[in-house]
Amino acid sequence: MKQAITGNAGPKVRSDVEVTLEIKGSGGVELNLKSKVKSMYGNAIERQCRELLKYFGVENAKLSVVDSGALPFVIAARVEAAVKMLTGTEASFLPVMIPENIYHSARERFRFSRLYLPGNNPGMFLNAGLHSPDGIILDLEDSVAPDRKDEARILVRNALRAVDFYGAERMVRINQGERGLTDLESVIPHNVHLILIPKCEDADALRMVDETIASVKKREGQNDTVLLMPIIESAKGVERAYEIATASPNVVAMAIGLEDYTADLGVQRTKEGSESLYARNRIVVAARAAGIQAIDSVFSDVGDMDGLLSNVLSSKAMGFEGMGCIHPRQIAVIRKGFSPAPEEIDRARKIVIAYRDALSRGLGVVALGSKMIDPPVVARAQKTIDLALRLEIIPQNWIEEEGKE
Amino acid sequence: MKLIENAAGRLVPDEINGTEAVPFKGVGKHRPSGRKYAPSIPTCIDYPEDNNKVISSLREALVKCGLKDGMTISTHHHLRDGDLISNQIFEIAAEMGVKDLVWFPSASFPCNDPVIEYLENGTVNRIEGSMNGPLGRFVSEGRMKGTAVLRSHGGRVQAIQDGDVRIDIAVLSAPAADSFGNAKGTGGPSATGVLGYAKADYMFADRVIVVTDNLVDLPCFPMEIEGNYVDCVVLVDKIGIPEKIVSGTTQITKSPDRLLIAELTASFLEKSGLLRDGATMQAGAGGTSLAIAVYAHEILRRKGWKFRFGFGGSTKYMVSMLEEGQMGYILDAQAFDLDAVRSVEINPNHIPYPVFNAYNYHSKGNLTTMMDIMILGATEIDTGFNGNVVTHSDGLLLHGIGGWQNCLHARNVIIPVPLFRDRIPVIVDRVTTLCGPGELIDVIITERGIAINPRREDLIDSVKGKGLPLVTIEELRETAERICGKPDKAAFDERVVAAIKWVDGTVIDAVRKVKY
Repeated sequence: MKQAITGNAGPKVRSDVEVTLEIKGSGGVELNLKSKVKSMYGNAIERQCRELLKYFGVENAKLSVVDSGALPFVIAARVEAAVKMLTGTEASFLPVMIPENIYHSARERFRFSRLYLPGNNPGMFLNAGLHSPDGIILDLEDSVAPDRKDEARILVRNALRAVDFYGAERMVRINQGERGLTDLESVIPHNVHLILIPKCEDADALRMVDETIASVKKREGQNDTVLLMPIIESAKGVERAYEIATASPNVVAMAIGLEDYTADLGVQRTKEGSESLYARNRIVVAARAAGIQAIDSVFSDVGDMDGLLSNVLSSKAMGFEGMGCIHPRQIAVIRKGFSPAPEEIDRARKIVIAYRDALSRGLGVVALGSKMIDPPVVARAQKTIDLALRLEIIPQNWIEEEGKE
Repeated sequence: MKLIENAAGRLVPDEINGTEAVPFKGVGKHRPSGRKYAPSIPTCIDYPEDNNKVISSLREALVKCGLKDGMTISTHHHLRDGDLISNQIFEIAAEMGVKDLVWFPSASFPCNDPVIEYLENGTVNRIEGSMNGPLGRFVSEGRMKGTAVLRSHGGRVQAIQDGDVRIDIAVLSAPAADSFGNAKGTGGPSATGVLGYAKADYMFADRVIVVTDNLVDLPCFPMEIEGNYVDCVVLVDKIGIPEKIVSGTTQITKSPDRLLIAELTASFLEKSGLLRDGATMQAGAGGTSLAIAVYAHEILRRKGWKFRFGFGGSTKYMVSMLEEGQMGYILDAQAFDLDAVRSVEINPNHIPYPVFNAYNYHSKGNLTTMMDIMILGATEIDTGFNGNVVTHSDGLLLHGIGGWQNCLHARNVIIPVPLFRDRIPVIVDRVTTLCGPGELIDVIITERGIAINPRREDLIDSVKGKGLPLVTIEELRETAERICGKPDKAAFDERVVAAIKWVDGTVIDAVRKVKY
């Protein structure tokens, strides 16, 4: 290959950069920069590009950069991808891991809303966490064009280090099969909380992912558990839902993907969803039986918030505990739909108060009326309270308020 | 000409286009003296006995009004980007060989870019008014002969009233006019709804030409331009392109990030108690401001509250508050969309209200100081809460001041802005161009936190512990810089290409030629 082009440019592109690289035999590095932020960041961009080329050992090259206000982590990813295309280098240039990104997830956290971010579209990354989704999904699969998979993988890796996702659970949807395992090699070392495994059809596929993660973690000396969420998108997958759900202790949730599922059945996907009723029930039951969360498919009409809400309410009624989002404006609606109902909150308040009472009186056992309460129930109740607080359903000082009543 | 450091620490010229200029002395520090300016005394014996002032061409009218070298020609911007008249004035002047005119518009739009040709060939010496897009670039690159003077809408009428700018000929397009020269903004194919920017021009100009494509029978009522000030009425086929005069419909932003800022702003208004029954409010027609208006409307409806009045630019969102009972009156200087145009024509509580009455700092009181909630924008805000609205961080002049400086005198000035646009920080350590002093700016609302001016302890107390993401302005700047990197400062030449006037006519800052 003589010339590598990575990234994006064009009138509608923002926060991205298009890099065209040609490696030469001599003459040093010739750099051509077009940027809408040139007067403010032209020097910084040029310096960064030269340093990157030097880092990758490229001494003679022609580099054209068309910048639409890309941040440094994007520029780094685009240049690295271009160098990799031409030289096949194994080297990586990792941006600094910002301290805001070092936090943990937990099996039992809420996963009402998870915002999909197309993996090769950096403009959508920056503010994603500000919309307060429970999780963000950096997607390497369906939203990335086949010939852009390699550069997206580098961009996603850099984003995991440099972009603040403001406490959202950090998820990556990998590709199917071999490519997915390559994805894992690249992203696992950068504090990924959860991996989504698309088009999962059997326990073996899931185990393969789990084993690859284990080996990367061992190599990198990582201890944190990487959680798994298989996505069931075919008749075969539905039939093996329970087997998949129980294939690894790291599986915390199982999602259904209805676009592919209905395609597999050869039927139309409808708003009422009667064609997928069995599959959705099956997923919920398998998930419950395995003790994990069942997650519903995305609602694809981003303009129809009323339709979304009724969809969420019927999902919740079926036993689902979350749904994917493809637009930030869906997050609040989904949260509202899945958020605890007043009677749930009431019960949680009573449990937490009883627990605090027991603690203050030095009792080992928590009781509500004549009923003993197990610790996970207390934990769950506290979560419900936390969520109600986060959603501003109850006031921050609810315990004092409770005392007044 | 020499440069003097003004009270805001900015170096400004002591002379602009051959006239002495007073440097900014601080907010409320400059006291004007003398008497208001007055145009020469006319007599009705010079006008037709039947009072029919209709003339068939703009050229004839300009000749009749004595168009000659060096004159100051004023226009209003109610036709916005659909204006078919302003450029014609200079085309005619060029044909007549007239030189060195000063164009004094209340604002300019992309449709006025052809004026660049007349700036280049010497027909026009300079523009004193807002400069957008290519015109702004033309000035920033130092290609305009004279020095641009940028004023707020209120500063413009102050300059007219005080005689800082003496209008020789005002050319005022009117969607409806009668043969005597009475005119209004409603009716006809080019309806603008209101003509709130025309008042000072017609009162203080030596000569006034009304241009209309809709000659109505006497009296053209309710008149916003009074015929006894008018020299001639020009009847043309078309004064404007309707779909470019008002938008068919103004739209709230669809950007999830801007909606987030709008939600945060509405939440701030509610939690601070600024939004209350009987409050007054003004918000612009930008997508974020409109979203804030919609959210505020929902809160009012929920609480059963009502704004006492809102000050326009009016939009369908204000009109729906008026019609649904959450706003008592709209006082209006300009209508932005078709719903607003319709409303001002039929609703007695939607009242045309000239900028001259609302924004003039040199008058006996000022409408803006009566506004409780003022929502504004900015291209840059610095850690001293100072604001810039005219240049971008690269130093290019790209916007007019509009009513921004005037609106800073409201009781609570709230500026919702993104922390950065693409890679360009909005919160900076020092604004490129100073347009408004930080002591007048109260709250900055970004997607990454709300900074309240430390001078406003009352506001800080009102929202403490209420779950809002309060930060300091320094924290906002640091966050922007951490994400975007530290930007290089724009490089400037020595030459002053534009002066920025404060609301009292003093010079608050100067814009220099950009260096590439």
